[in-house]
Amino acid sequence: MKRYLSPLLFVAMAMFAIAPLLIERAPYEASMGLVQKIFYFHVPSAMVMFVSAFVCGIASVLFLFKNRPSADHLAAAAGELTVVFGLIVLVTGPMWARKAWGVWWEWDARLTSSLLLELIFMAYLLVRKYGGPGSEKLAAAMALFGMANVPFVYVSVNLWRTLHPRTTVAMTLPAGMKGPFWFCVAAFALLYIALLTIRTTLGRERAELERAYLEREEE
Amino acid sequence: MSLILVLVVVAATEAVLAAQPRPQPPRPSVWEQPQNEFVPVKGLPHQEQLPAASLVMGAYAFVWVVLLVYVWSLWRRVGALQRELTDLRKRTAARK
Repeated sequence: MKRYLSPLLFVAMAMFAIAPLLIERAPYEASMGLVQKIFYFHVPSAMVMFVSAFVCGIASVLFLFKNRPSADHLAAAAGELTVVFGLIVLVTGPMWARKAWGVWWEWDARLTSSLLLELIFMAYLLVRKYGGPGSEKLAAAMALFGMANVPFVYVSVNLWRTLHPRTTVAMTLPAGMKGPFWFCVAAFALLYIALLTIRTTLGRERAELERAYLEREEE
Repeated sequence: MSLILVLVVVAATEAVLAAQPRPQPPRPSVWEQPQNEFVPVKGLPHQEQLPAASLVMGAYAFVWVVLLVYVWSLWRRVGALQRELTDLRKRTAARK
């Protein structure tokens, strides 16, 4: 399994090492200045978090209705990665806000719904770990609620009054900002694919090992 | 006549001195004397401003630390699984 780790992770990490050089050359934003450069890691993490929540939700649907164990392994991996990337979003965002807005946190629609999303997936992992037999099904149902929350988080900045920049900023970036931003999105996406593959394989092989232990005991 | 001239010179000197900004005596610290009034200023002094660079560096460092810790935890879990698999294979082979 470690063969997966080397090439994909190496490329992703190399992209992460190059990214600061591109970000440093990107122009400053007029009203926020230097602190706006947090955007280049904050937004790709949020994108990966949303995708991961969807992967977890769809895999959970397949597990609930088709009873596929492979879908459960994928859902568990995606759920874990949603929490990891969500943590990055929820820590880098307030660091940006502290300078741009003057406060670390504001209980507005975007920030509160993002926190809620993170808490749902933390609860998902806790249920899986400590819920006992059958907890996979319960956790899968929770993942559906997590996935349903994603569109609300995304459109919250357009629907409600908030200090947070709107969703249009990523699509209307000036030329100097566009290159570094999409480079970072590609780096995060590649890293996500690599980590998801490894984590899913780990889950599947752990299940196979436990089955092998049971068979051995029965012999 | 000379008295008038002296008075004019003295008055002009007084006017010039009054127009110039006088050096302010150093303000006593709040620890020495409680404040009776707040004095507004436009913009914070440079040393009081929140540095953006440390926040940007902190954010990037946090991203790196979180990702490296996760990759390390994954690496450890994969290693533990492979050790268990090898151990199980050895025990199964020894039984046969």
